[in-house]
Formats: sequence, structure tokens, C-alpha cells
Amino acid sequence: MMLPTAAAPLATHRATGATVLALAIGVFLLAFLVVPVATVVYVAFTEKGGGGFTLVNFVDFARTDLFVRSFWNSIYVSAMTVLWSSAFALPLAYLTTRFEFRGAGLVQTLGFLPLIMPPFVGAVAMQLLFGRNGTVNLLLDEHFGFKIGFMEGLNGVIFLQAIHYFPFILVNLSAALRNIDRSMEEAAQNLGSHGLRLFRRIAFPLALPGYVAGASLVFVKVFDDVASPLLLNVKEMLAPQAYLRITSIGIDDPMGYVIAVVLILIAIATMWCSARVLKGKDYATTQRGGGGLARRRLTGRQSILAYALVLSILALVLAPHVGLLLLSFATVWSFSPLPDGFTLSHYARVLGDSSVYITNTLLYSGLAAAIDVVLGGAIAYLVLRTRVPGRGILDWGAGAALAVPGVVLGIGYLRAFYGVKLPDGTSLAALWIMIVLAIAIRRLPYALRAAYAALQQISVSLEEAAENLGATKSRTVRRIVIPLMTGGLLAGFVTSFATAAVELSAVLMLVQNNSDAPLSYGLYVLMQTPAGRGAGAALGVIAVIIVAACMGLSQLAADRSQRARGLDL
Amino acid sequence: MFRSIALAAALVVASATAFAQSGKITVVTSFSKDVTDPLKKAFEKATPGATLEVQNRNTNAGVKFVDETKANNQVDLFWASAPDAFEVLKAKKLLSPYKPKATGIAEAVGSYPVNDKDGFYVGFAASGYGIMWNERYVKANKLPTPKEWQDLAQAPYFDHVSISAPSRSGTTHLTIETILQGEGWAKGWRTIKEIAGNLRQVTDRSFGVPENVNSGQVGYGIVIDFFAFSSQGAGFPVKFVYPSVTTLVPANIGVIVNAPNKAGAEAFIEFLLSPGGQEALLEPTIRRLPVRPETYAKAPADYPNPFKDKNLQGLLTFDAGLSEKRNEAVDVLFDQLVTFQLEPLKAATKSLHELDAALARKDNAQARALAKEARDLIAAMPVTDAEAASPEIRQAFTGGKQKTARQAELEQQWAAFAKEKYTAAKAKADEGLKLTR
Repeated sequence: MMLPTAAAPLATHRATGATVLALAIGVFLLAFLVVPVATVVYVAFTEKGGGGFTLVNFVDFARTDLFVRSFWNSIYVSAMTVLWSSAFALPLAYLTTRFEFRGAGLVQTLGFLPLIMPPFVGAVAMQLLFGRNGTVNLLLDEHFGFKIGFMEGLNGVIFLQAIHYFPFILVNLSAALRNIDRSMEEAAQNLGSHGLRLFRRIAFPLALPGYVAGASLVFVKVFDDVASPLLLNVKEMLAPQAYLRITSIGIDDPMGYVIAVVLILIAIATMWCSARVLKGKDYATTQRGGGGLARRRLTGRQSILAYALVLSILALVLAPHVGLLLLSFATVWSFSPLPDGFTLSHYARVLGDSSVYITNTLLYSGLAAAIDVVLGGAIAYLVLRTRVPGRGILDWGAGAALAVPGVVLGIGYLRAFYGVKLPDGTSLAALWIMIVLAIAIRRLPYALRAAYAALQQISVSLEEAAENLGATKSRTVRRIVIPLMTGGLLAGFVTSFATAAVELSAVLMLVQNNSDAPLSYGLYVLMQTPAGRGAGAALGVIAVIIVAACMGLSQLAADRSQRARGLDL
Repeated sequence: MFRSIALAAALVVASATAFAQSGKITVVTSFSKDVTDPLKKAFEKATPGATLEVQNRNTNAGVKFVDETKANNQVDLFWASAPDAFEVLKAKKLLSPYKPKATGIAEAVGSYPVNDKDGFYVGFAASGYGIMWNERYVKANKLPTPKEWQDLAQAPYFDHVSISAPSRSGTTHLTIETILQGEGWAKGWRTIKEIAGNLRQVTDRSFGVPENVNSGQVGYGIVIDFFAFSSQGAGFPVKFVYPSVTTLVPANIGVIVNAPNKAGAEAFIEFLLSPGGQEALLEPTIRRLPVRPETYAKAPADYPNPFKDKNLQGLLTFDAGLSEKRNEAVDVLFDQLVTFQLEPLKAATKSLHELDAALARKDNAQARALAKEARDLIAAMPVTDAEAASPEIRQAFTGGKQKTARQAELEQQWAAFAKEKYTAAKAKADEGLKLTR
């Protein structure tokens, strides 16, 4: 086994190139993350009505029951969500990657869909299915005389969040499991290990970087999520408290920004903890991705069980999308298990004037995800393979982007860039590229975690071998590291792309005319009227289909190129 | 023949020059597409050469946007319901005054003056608050039909009512303020908290209330009328009533300071106030109440008319100055006493409803006294109306020198006060309940 220190002798050779790269990334993060956010959150360190630096607001935070209660609620919800997400993701990931499982690709794609839940309209669909008077509860009440509070209080938030965010674990864990050499499992089987023990002792530990990447994302994301708690009217959590304070007219006090600082600190702490968990261990194997050997087979009974498990998990996590689909065809759906009637008119209404939204969304999300993969891959490389001073800061800085509330970033961009005028007099912040950058920053952590996990599984000895054979540094990266990381980078691209397509909070701040607006903005506009509900759902369905199609295509393209290089048979 | 064509042409030219303005007019608005699209079309037709660029943002994002971009302002107009948003813009010196030339516009609708007294923003339509409910929900749960605000405080409505937080919705804020001004501080808060004890939820978006009533997740919603009317228009099984004491609140428009197309901005305001613009408000997707009394002659038969209908006349004169002085205090009080203390408040209210039912079956003087004590505990307020409007408390929110406590400290005090009183009220009610057994 290789120890991480093995990277040391290599480091000196590439010091200059790596330093330049680190500097460039540092400048980028400084300009598009740190400075804009700092222009907003510095308020947390000043007393209202002027005055210099103070920490009194943080004392107030600790003294206010509401905030303390919210803090513990958020911790509880995030931890429980990680648990439930793991319960959903582990069977799906393990069964579809390590076994002969027909339809594995489809399961992987479907299992990813919950992450693409369009804002607002997704919430309505969930209420109509699982709410107090949703389909499930109306049927339960009619036939059995009781209701289940799926959507009540903190447990409701956990339920929603687990469904929504478990794909983070699924995607990262699957990528990691795929990278494990089949011979590891075979060796264990030859020594008499099988079943759960094989998973617990061999497969899972080897895939730990992927699991930790996913689980830490889920934890931080749930901790910082505003949409789901507010949809259930749960306000006593930290992120909703920050959001409500920052976006209420007239209640312009520092506490909202104090909470934003706390959120950022929690995100950094989580990333630090997840790094600690993996520290001092080596997950790299020199052989990659199955090594040409067949996947394990399931016996007849095992496969029935496996399919039953996979299908029931999929049914549960895809329920919101089924609800969305129903809603998009529904005439009126109110206090009834199913809509009163069905119609195509909502699609007719949105198809006419939404093509510009669709093009914009694809352009913005594609560019943002590309930026994320390049930055994420570069940062992961700098941290794991070089000794450039300050590389840890890059890592944490990018990770902290996860915790910056979208509205804070949006305001920060206006504050930092609106005054910057281009030669023709228009403002820098008015360009659509700023929307792309804001989205890229918000989604960078996803790609970064994925790239990190991918690189942790590659043995340094492969790079050393290449260099011993005379390859230059850049050639090694190009021909060895990047091809081997493809799976993880693709996972990062897909996650960033898909979630960027439904990003709203920062977009709502930055969109300055309709022709530059992405889909989520169009959805927002529709969902503010009763008549727009069906049309909003139709637009939501279109968004999900397009994003899913793009994901499918990129998956296909990556598979092809991997096969062409003989990396995966 | 030629003459009539020439005349028609002349008329077209004349009507066009009425709002003769060209170029792009940028407007930031919280109004939905259903509202802005017909008005945009009508305006562009009446004003050749002009294009209205509509930027949809929620009210708060709109205010923030205008504030953050003031150094290089590209926005001509701010167009929204919430008067408090305009007050904020005005206080930040982001509005430039404009006195409309249109004549025949009412001075006041109901009890609320149409235009800003300093001329910084202009009312172009009005809307009234009322109660909206889902008929299927009400039928399935065998619930009554409400008529007055007080009805919502009755036992059958427990856990069935929804409202948006006044700190999040300028129009809800005005409704709360109207109740406070109409009934007085102490009695007003008593009414508000009695209704609040029956709340199912306090939403953070105005539209969250009609959304949940439409899909049948809650039974009743305290909403602004056009939400209910447009929901009916979209086919949802909902009904709406104006209580006898209601508020009419204006929807406003104002010109931004340093507007790139000031003349165009003014032309749009004149268009909104013109007979044509006012008539467009009657469209089913818009359903706002015009501020030009003569327009109601063209309205459908059952259209509410604030200049004729008795219950829309308004019983009090709204004191905008008083409202402004305690604006933040009222919002924060509602949040700390109701929104974030909903659980203890509901627990106490539930016990009280049970005690009332028990007393109706078998009277008990001692238990009755306990019920009254519990009600008084719930109604108790941490500050008087004079204190709420005092500079000491106002400046806790604005950061002035006269403040005696920071906002966070005040909030914590008020929350602790409410929690203690509600817990005590529940204990009293439970004690009374034991006596009746």
C-alpha cells in the first residue's frame, strides 16, 4: 500500500507549474466568491447603525433561544437525513455496480432524478401527494380512517430532504464502487467472505472516499437548504432563519448575516471532518474498474429480492416526479386523490414562449458545470498531489461556497460588479456570463467532492511509473490522471449540471431581462399565479426531461470513450 | 369618405401622442405575468415605439436590486403592491416624485389614501383583504362558512387557517395594522392572537396562502381578493368573502431616481391611470379595483365597487404616520409572539376551546374565571402602543443612538415573554378543564 507521503519526491519537480495554477484558482475564487460574499457578510461584524468591528452579534446569537433551537434542529435534521439517504443509496449503488443487474444504467439515471426538482412546483406536487390532504393521506383516511404526517415538522423535512438529496451519495458512491478492482472482492471470496460481510469489510471500505464525499455534501446541503423547510413551513432551522431575515423588507439587521457566517463555518467544519475521516488511510488501487473480470451474479432468489428492493426505493424517491407529471396534465387538482381531469393545454401554453428559457438553461448550466469540473479537478489535484502552500485554503474556500446562501451571493455580485462599467456603458453585472459564474460558484463543491474522491482512488505509483518512463508532468496528467478520473469527473459534471439547471435564488437577483433568463426564472414567474400552476408543472417536466436527456448523453459519451481506451469492458 | 379616414388618422395620431414616448422602459415588478402581459400589450399598442421591459422579481429582491444598482441605475419604474416597499425605497431616496396629470382619480379608496402624501409613488389600483376557503375541504371536514374575522377565532376553525407573515407580506402587514388601529392596540392584538391560535401555518410568501388553499392543504386563508378571484378563474373550488371591516390597500408605481427613460416612465404611469389602463384592470386574470370611479360602469355585475359598496367604505381613517412609526415593531411582534411561538400558542388555544365546550355543557363559575385569566394571559403584550412607536424601540430596528436594546435582545425578550404567558395560559385552561369534570 502506498502512503500519501509518496507524493513528496514528485512535488519539487512541478512546483512552479502547480504554484501558477494554484494562484490562478485563488484569484478566481477571490474575485467571484470571497470578495462578493465579504461585501455582504461583513455586516455580521458591525453593530447596526455604524460603529467598528464587534462580536456582540455572535453573543446575541448564542443568547437567543430561537437561534439556538434552530441550530440544534438543523443538526438533527441534517444527521438524520444522511442516515436515511444512505439507506436509500447504498442498496441502489451496490447492486447496480458490483453485480450483473439488468437495467443498472436506467436505475442509475432514474435514481439521479430526485436531485432535479424544479423550485416551487416540486413543492406543490409533494403536498398534493404526501401532504395532510394529499393523495396518500386521503386514501388512507377513506379506507383505514387515519393519516400519516409525512410532511409534518422536522420529520417531514427529513423525509423530503432524504428523497431529494440521496442522489449525492448514490452518484459518488457508485463512481467509487465502479473503481474498485474486482480482484479485491474475488480475493475475499476465495478466503470465504461473502454477503454483507464482503460488503462491510471490502467493498464499502474501499469505496469510502465516494461515500464520505456524498454524505458530507448531503449534510452540508441539508444544513443550508432553505426551500424544503419553508415548503413545509418549518422556520425554526438555521438556514430558513437566515433567509427570512435577509429577505424581509425592513428587518435589515445583522443577525441574518451572522447566521450566514455560522452556516459557512459549519460547512467548512464538515469538510474538515470528512477529510479527517479519510486521513492517513490509502484508498488507491493500481488496477482499475473491474479489470476485465465479470461482475458477480445474483442467484434467482437473490435477484427477486434485489429487484423488489430497488423498485420500491425507486417508487418512493420518484413519487414527487410522478406527482409533477400528473400536475402538468391536470385541469384542477384540489383536495382529491387524483386530478379532476386531464389536459394538454399547459404544455401548449409553455412550449410557445419557453424555448429561450430552455436554451439559456442548457447554455448556463453546461458552462457552469464545465467550469466546475476544471476547477474541481485542479483543486483536487493540487491538494492531493502537490505541496503548494495554501492548497488547503483553496479546498476549504471552494467547499465553503456550498454554505453561502444564494441570495447572499446574488447581492454580493450586484454590489461587487454592478459599478464596473464596460466600454459601452453597460454594467458588468448585467452580462449573462455573471449568472453563469454565480451558478458555477454555487455548484463548485459538488464537482470538487467528486473529483477529490476520484483522485483518492488512483494510486500515485501509476503516475510515478509514467514519469519514470520519461513522460513529462503535463503529459502524465493528460494521459494517466485525467483518463483515470473520468468517472468521478463525469459524476461531478452531471451533479453540477443538473442542479445548476434548477438554481433559483442567486439567479433571481441577477437576471436583468427576460431574454437572458433561465428556466428556473420562468418557473418562478409562472408559479406566482393560480392559473400558472399547471403551466409551471409542465415547464418543470420539460426541465427534468431535458436535464435527464443531457445526463444520459454525457454518460453515454463517457462510456464510449472509456471503452475505446479499453478501461472498462 | 376621405374626411372620415383623415379624421380617424388624426384621432389615432392624437391618442398616440397622448403618451408619445418611445424607446425601452424598464420596470421592476412583483406582479405576475398574468397581470403584466395584458397591460404591457395595451400600453405598447397605445404608445407606438415604446417597449416595456418587464423584470419579474419578488418585492424584496426588487427593492434590493434597485438599491444595489443605484450607482448605475438602469431601471425606470418600480411597480408592486406592498406600500411598505415603496416606503423603504422612499426612505433610501431611490424614488423621484411625480404628480400624475390624469384627472378623475379618487383621493382615497376605502380608508386608505391612493397616493403617497409626498408624491413619491402613485396608487393605480386597490385590493381588499378577506377570507378565502376551499369548498371541498370545508365540506369534507363539515366546517362552517366564515363571514367575519372573529369567526376565524372560533373552535371549529382550529388548525384550519393560514396567513402570510406581516414581515413577509406588505399587504398582510396593512391588514394587521388596520385591525390594530380599528380596535386599538390591546384589543386589536387580542383579536389577532385569538385568530392566530387557530392557525395551521404562517407562510413566508403571500402566494403560499392561496396555493395551499387551492390544493386543499388548508381550509381557510386570509388573503388579498385577487388571489381568490384569479383562483376561481383558474377553476379551483374556492370561495371568498370580504368581512364587514376590511381594508382596501392600493397597488403602487413609482419612478426611480435617475431613470434612464424618465419621460417613458411617466408615460406608463399616465397610461395606467387613463380610462383605457384602468379598464384593463377589470380583466379576469388581473381583477384589481380601479381607482377611477367611472370605470366601474364597465365592470361585470358582481364586481366589488369600493366607492358604492357599504362594507368597502372603511370605518376608520387610516393613520399612515402612526403605521410608519411602528412598522418594524408590529412585524417583529407578530413574528416573535405568533410565527415563532405558534406551538405554545396553539396548545393554549386548544385547551381553551376544550374548556369552552365543557363549560357549554355544564357551567362552572371557577372554571369560567380561569378561562378568562387564560385569555388575558394570551392577550398580554410585552409593550404598549406608546412604547412600540417610541424612538427607543424604533431605533433598535434602525440602529439609532436612542436605542436601549439591540434588536436581537428585544426579540429574545418578547419571545420569552410570549412563551411564558402561553404556557401559563395553557396551565390555567387545563386547570379549569379539570374542574368541569
